Amino acid sequence: MSVGLEHYLILSAVLFSIGLYGSLSKRSAVVILMCIELMLNAANIALVAFSLFITPALLSGQVFSIFSILVAAAEVTVGLAIIIAIYRHHENIDVSKINLMKW
Amino acid sequence: MGLDIAFWVLAVIMTGAALAVVLLPNIFRSALALIVCFLGVAGIFITLNADFLAAAQVLIYVGAISILIILSIMLTREVQRGNLSNRFTLSSFIMCSLFLGITIFALLNTPWPISAEAPLEPTTSALANILFSRDGMFLLVEIGGMLLLATIIGAIAIVRDK
Repeated sequence: MSVGLEHYLILSAVLFSIGLYGSLSKRSAVVILMCIELMLNAANIALVAFSLFITPALLSGQVFSIFSILVAAAEVTVGLAIIIAIYRHHENIDVSKINLMKW
Repeated sequence: MGLDIAFWVLAVIMTGAALAVVLLPNIFRSALALIVCFLGVAGIFITLNADFLAAAQVLIYVGAISILIILSIMLTREVQRGNLSNRFTLSSFIMCSLFLGITIFALLNTPWPISAEAPLEPTTSALANILFSRDGMFLLVEIGGMLLLATIIGAIAIVRDK
């Protein structure tokens, strides 16, 4: 069976849902960030697969993917800076314990 | 034929590595599994004829973002605490499997207009034309540069020791 568009999309959906489960059910902020990166990579796979199979000459999916990688790099930088700043203040980064602003 | 084998091998490796990120009790090993997953994504990009994007993925994700994640794991001493789960484990598992089922059902039942054109082989010059030429996406490139500058300044300002 030759590999077609659906195979890449199912791979992307599986990776996305594994990342979604990790980012919803983990207590450590760094692990949540790692799962968010997993979700972004899954979306990039779907974008490039669409670009190859539906409009191969336009490369729009690849351009979109380049900017997605760029924004992901910026987001990881600022997110980790915030996590380190929180660690300095609270001495742990357990998201179920940092709840001063909860009702 | 070779691309099919490569796709299946990479898909199995990536799914195993993604499960290892979520399920391993040692956070440092989760970060290393994430690096394996990023390399798998670069391999998938090569099977999708996106050679420039595969190189960019390795350079940016494996070369910079993974190093930042490991640095923050070391600085916040996360390895001692372990990969704990909060109280939403069961409900988020149910919701994520529901989401996966609905997504797979939706994408298998959509008639995709698959094009029969041949893909562009070296994508670097085509991407350069799209991004940098006269009626290309040059504004986005400039905005991306400003975003990175703001990111660097913001990160330094947040982490600075007063």
